[in-house]
Amino acid sequence: MKIDGNGMHFQALNDKIRTSPDRDIEVVHLLGQRYIASGLSGKNLTLRGTPGNALGSYLDGGAIEVFGNAQDGLGDTMNDGEIIVHGRCGDAAGYAMRGGRILIEGDVGYRAGIHMKAYRDKVPVLVVGGRAGSFLGEYQAGGLILVLGLGSSEPPVGDFCASGMHGGAICLRTKTLPKLPAQVNVHLATAEDMAKIQPHLAAYEKAFAVSPSALSGEYFVLTPSTANPYRQLYTLN
Amino acid sequence: MLREGEFRNPSGCAISGIFARDGERLSGGTIAESIAVMHERSNGLGGGFAGYGIYPEYPDEYALHIFYDTPAARETCERFLERHFDIVNLSKIPTRKVKSITGEPLIWRYFCRPLAVKLAESQLDEGEFTMRSVMRVNSEISGAYVFSSGRNMGVFKAVGYPEDVAEFYRLEEYRGYGWTAHGRYPTNTPGWWGGSHPFALLEYSVVHNGEISSYDANRRTIEMYGYRCTLKTDTEVITCIFDYLHRRLGMTLTEIAEIIAAPFWSAIEDRDAAERARLTYLRTAFSGLNITGPFSILAGFDGGMMALNDRLKLRSMVVAEKNERVYMASEEAAIRAVCPDAENIHAPAGGEPVILRLKGEKDHA
Repeated sequence: MKIDGNGMHFQALNDKIRTSPDRDIEVVHLLGQRYIASGLSGKNLTLRGTPGNALGSYLDGGAIEVFGNAQDGLGDTMNDGEIIVHGRCGDAAGYAMRGGRILIEGDVGYRAGIHMKAYRDKVPVLVVGGRAGSFLGEYQAGGLILVLGLGSSEPPVGDFCASGMHGGAICLRTKTLPKLPAQVNVHLATAEDMAKIQPHLAAYEKAFAVSPSALSGEYFVLTPSTANPYRQLYTLN
Repeated sequence: MLREGEFRNPSGCAISGIFARDGERLSGGTIAESIAVMHERSNGLGGGFAGYGIYPEYPDEYALHIFYDTPAARETCERFLERHFDIVNLSKIPTRKVKSITGEPLIWRYFCRPLAVKLAESQLDEGEFTMRSVMRVNSEISGAYVFSSGRNMGVFKAVGYPEDVAEFYRLEEYRGYGWTAHGRYPTNTPGWWGGSHPFALLEYSVVHNGEISSYDANRRTIEMYGYRCTLKTDTEVITCIFDYLHRRLGMTLTEIAEIIAAPFWSAIEDRDAAERARLTYLRTAFSGLNITGPFSILAGFDGGMMALNDRLKLRSMVVAEKNERVYMASEEAAIRAVCPDAENIHAPAGGEPVILRLKGEKDHA
């Protein structure tokens, strides 16, 4: 099914997508329509134009491929499925994400992957091809954030990276490390680390037709330092 | 009706701006088209626009746009204006009927200059004289409110969605090199005509998405310098701060950004000694003008425009370019709506000002 989003209100558009019997749906001429595919599962969406805020929020499966840039709140609290963005993305991508994978070709704004979490087989992954803004992975509790720094100045993240992080991992392809909080450990990726991120690098290469050599270089892994890194930071516990 | 301080309503707002660096005069219809895309960000309780370069036939006259509640308020205000200004032209601001816009006040426009005798007597310059006159009308003449007072610029605002406000004011009939727009979702104050954005004082105007937590500290500071904040609205105080720092103190726009979105002490510590000393001075000497809490603002001024986010970037802002035009908006969609092939789309960092000027114009150093 193909939908022309030109001038269509977000409610009408989302109803149309939700009630369509088709599994594959293409929407063209998008311009700021919010909440597309919110809570949706089992559909493959191809979106052209500029979809609005909270695209794929609460997404529970299926796939979304955006040919254009994404705005704020991409994949907010997403539970499953995959979002691919051929472009850049606004603030708070993958906020409180709990499963599935987001691949962003270019840069991402502030607060990407904040409050990400993981539980048993639910391990969310956020891959940023370019540079991430400040507060990347703030309060991260689980999952993986991978920043490739393509076309970026060094380091490929803004200020306050991993502040309040207490679970999961952030992996940066960089030569220069950003200033990190005392509660976060950093090490050069081991063979075991690289094996873990390899499937996601391969997915990025495939999605955006990038050669593996473009993603070579050193990767650093950021993890929280202990089981209770914030002991006595806020209270006398 | 409930007024400021008696009412609370949660979250929202949209801003958009277009600036032509080569001075090309763009129709007000374009900015209306841009802000309309973000309809969902506002709730119909306020919309407005500021246009720069729209009154070239009156380059030296202050264009006072005034709301009156009653004809009696108009008479009182006009008597005041006649005593202090040489009024070159006065008229109702042309409007058209729009179904969703109701309860309009009387809306008048005066092109005027301070009376030479009064000005000499006051020992003030034209700007200061006019600014003080605006403060007097707004705080002392009941039922009269000057909502725009700059030269070769004007503000048009109302209670309603911005696209309806543009229709109401026949915005497409004006042409200017710079435009800002606002769709309001009032947080702490009820929506009424004067409380809509942009807020303007002389050539300075501000549209704002956010909610500043330092409002009263800022208000108390700025009121020490002769400003009177009558609307209990954070954007009003930001406008006064721009006027004070830029016009009165002659500070540069970069310095103003460093004062109102001051870098963290931890960031200042990382700078070299000279920068550290300079930034420490600005943070210390102007601590009462540091604006905290979430904001994204577009500030218009004579010959330019500035976009700025709070230092934590708690509100969205996207900037793009196409040839000599620069677009700034809460959402990329609002830019794409009027410039589908916009280039260099990016989001400035928190506290990083985007300063635009007409070609050949420079900020005073």
